[in-house]
Amino acid sequence: MIYVENKDLVIPGQILADDEYYSGRGTFKDNGKVCSSLMGLVSLRNKKIRVIPLKSKYVPKKGDVVIGKINDVRFSMWDVNINSPYSGILPAFEVFGREKKELNKVFDVGDVLFLRVVDVDEIKKAKLGLKGRGMGKFKGGIIVDIAPTKVPRLIGKKGSMINMIKDKTNCKIVVGQNGLVWVKGDEDMEQLTKNIIHLIEAEAHTSGLTNKIKNKLYLAIDGELPPEENQEAEEEFVLEKPKLQNFKEELEQEEKEAEESKEEKEDKPNIAEVIEELKRKNKKDNPLSYGESSKNSFILNNK
Amino acid sequence: MMSEMIREDGRKFDELRPIKIEAGVLERADGSAYLEVGGNKILVAVYGPRESYIRRLLEPNTGVIRCRYNMAPFSVDDRKRPGPDRRSSEISKITADALRPALMLENYPRSMIDIYIEVIEAEGGTRCAGITAASVALVDAGVPMKDIVVGCAAGKVNDEIVLDLSEVEDKEGQADVPIAMMPRTGEITLLQSDGDLTEEEFAKAIDLAMEGCRQVSELQKEALMKKYSTE
Amino acid sequence: MDIVPEITRQSITNLVKNDKREDGRELTEYRDISIETNVISKAEGSARVKLGGTQVIVGIKPQLGSPFPDTPDLGVLMTNCEMLPMADPTFEPGPPSDDSIELARVVDRGIRESELVELDKLCVEEGKHVWMLFIDLHIIDNCGNLFDACELAVMAALKSTKLPVATIVDEEVVLSEDETFDLPINNELALCTFVKIGDKMIIDPTLSEERVANARLNVGVTKDGHICSMQKGGKEPLTKDDVLYCVNTAIEKVKDLIEYL
Repeated sequence: MIYVENKDLVIPGQILADDEYYSGRGTFKDNGKVCSSLMGLVSLRNKKIRVIPLKSKYVPKKGDVVIGKINDVRFSMWDVNINSPYSGILPAFEVFGREKKELNKVFDVGDVLFLRVVDVDEIKKAKLGLKGRGMGKFKGGIIVDIAPTKVPRLIGKKGSMINMIKDKTNCKIVVGQNGLVWVKGDEDMEQLTKNIIHLIEAEAHTSGLTNKIKNKLYLAIDGELPPEENQEAEEEFVLEKPKLQNFKEELEQEEKEAEESKEEKEDKPNIAEVIEELKRKNKKDNPLSYGESSKNSFILNNK
Repeated sequence: MMSEMIREDGRKFDELRPIKIEAGVLERADGSAYLEVGGNKILVAVYGPRESYIRRLLEPNTGVIRCRYNMAPFSVDDRKRPGPDRRSSEISKITADALRPALMLENYPRSMIDIYIEVIEAEGGTRCAGITAASVALVDAGVPMKDIVVGCAAGKVNDEIVLDLSEVEDKEGQADVPIAMMPRTGEITLLQSDGDLTEEEFAKAIDLAMEGCRQVSELQKEALMKKYSTE
Repeated sequence: MDIVPEITRQSITNLVKNDKREDGRELTEYRDISIETNVISKAEGSARVKLGGTQVIVGIKPQLGSPFPDTPDLGVLMTNCEMLPMADPTFEPGPPSDDSIELARVVDRGIRESELVELDKLCVEEGKHVWMLFIDLHIIDNCGNLFDACELAVMAALKSTKLPVATIVDEEVVLSEDETFDLPINNELALCTFVKIGDKMIIDPTLSEERVANARLNVGVTKDGHICSMQKGGKEPLTKDDVLYCVNTAIEKVKDLIEYL
């Protein structure tokens, strides 16, 4: 017996299904029932239930690419804040190998870097490295901060969303899986891009988002909507693992799960499907109220 | 017999004061909630899981929580001196104890969650209201939990067992039994009792308080759903 | 304290250099302001102010007490500020920090020096009983510029304050159960806070602007355009021109701010 539908919004402690269902991430089994441990959307594939959280802190995973800020320079390593309950370290040998150099001449406190998580130890401390394309210190630009759970939406299917923004604003954009985004371009375009990114974050679960963002961009930059034929017939509504970024761990996890359930024929479930379905449900571009409008509205009663 | 009794504020014995809960009311906090019940106004902010430098508090296998219950100087009739006192320290401790059983922090070893409960205005039953609001703020922060803990009190006034004591009833009543529980399993995570009760009265009080918790629990869910969906 | 990323420092500085800001405001423009009064029924006066994302609550509680020996016929004002740990991840629980004390004192100075509360009317019996007003500032969300938000909140709360009528009967103070009087107030004021970024002074700084800036100036101005309090903060100096510019701008801006009261 199952008590929820795919894509339902659920809350912690909510009973999702009986014993014959498998408990995936964001859920737990208790007393023969599969229950949610988070506030999020149900992802149902065959007999496996997961809950995709609306909000969650970034926990470092091996292979992730992140944006970090140098918090301290020590004798043989840098302390790096990676927007997480866990700080990272960048060992000097990851940067210079065996060479001896003064660390603060290379990266100093306050510098912002694009890094890869090389390893994560048992207490989740992340060892960081700079091997890979585009890794290293950012010069100029701005940092935009979003919920890490919204990163896939910002990137879009095969990078559709982020590429559209890049093309239209002529900004360079780098997205860290820890929810930090670096944007560099013309000063006004940087600010526009920042606002667009925050809009995507706030409306991550609404339908028609790609076109909405596209219209906003065109209006802001050209002063008019994009030509009709440019409107994509098929809305891309996907939180697929983006190709631009390495979500290795995630993919491995997916594969493992696929094996476990021995149901490889089926497509992998992901937020993509959840959203796809939501879109169908809310045909009329009916946004799940998600952000600013309802925020901060608490009213102290007058007497 | 008791169902006929009308209380000083016109409620029935098993009637809660009006409650309003709102999730996500602060910008800076990772999670937040605002709650009004009767004349109580409670604001809760949650930060974390986050890194902490208070090493002695951290645990290698799980995250830990720290709770601070604080009353605003202007929250009571006679101005309260700012800062912690013995009462607020005790409430902070039992609130953390009440919330802890629901939290699933194994994925956040050596991290800390801070829960700040501010009583903006007090009118009896602030500890239960604080727990109820804190749970909503924890969910809003995205903290994994087995259940949403909820608090409610029952007590004895004029020899009757009644639900959700107001300030006047608390002062003039004979007993107060605040509880918190996890509604899915019915497990109790906070229990205090002060005053005089027979075994039978106590059993009645706890049943009534648990029923009150279930009602408040529905309002917690409503507040969260309202914040994050169109329904 | 959180370290400001170097590139954030640069981008904010460059924006200001070009007369722009990260949230699209002009250099002399305030964020949205909302003020509610009588939000705490148990306080004799109260207000909640939102300034952009910044939120503060002020409650005013009166107590009867003895006057200071040098002012036997004047009431007493006491301002206290709690920068609650809920308001900002870097605020710590515990006794008030230096920042918190400075904030309370700057806000207090404006109220005190403008003499807008008629303290002589708070005297119940000269030399023996006067009203002491405890003004408690509760900072619940810090998104920058707590000073101006707090001063607005205190001003709004004072204006909403009602005290019980006190009479002396047989040398005892008797408080009326139902009769109250409005706290006598004869003026209004607001505080304008500026920070210096590059060589420009900007009003109502956001949190990141505050972090990037190295100098701050608070200017308290009354309704009639008189300067009643000032405070320079931050580790860098200001020029005389900076200060005069701020005073000039504040005198204009305060008119708008007082409209919200």
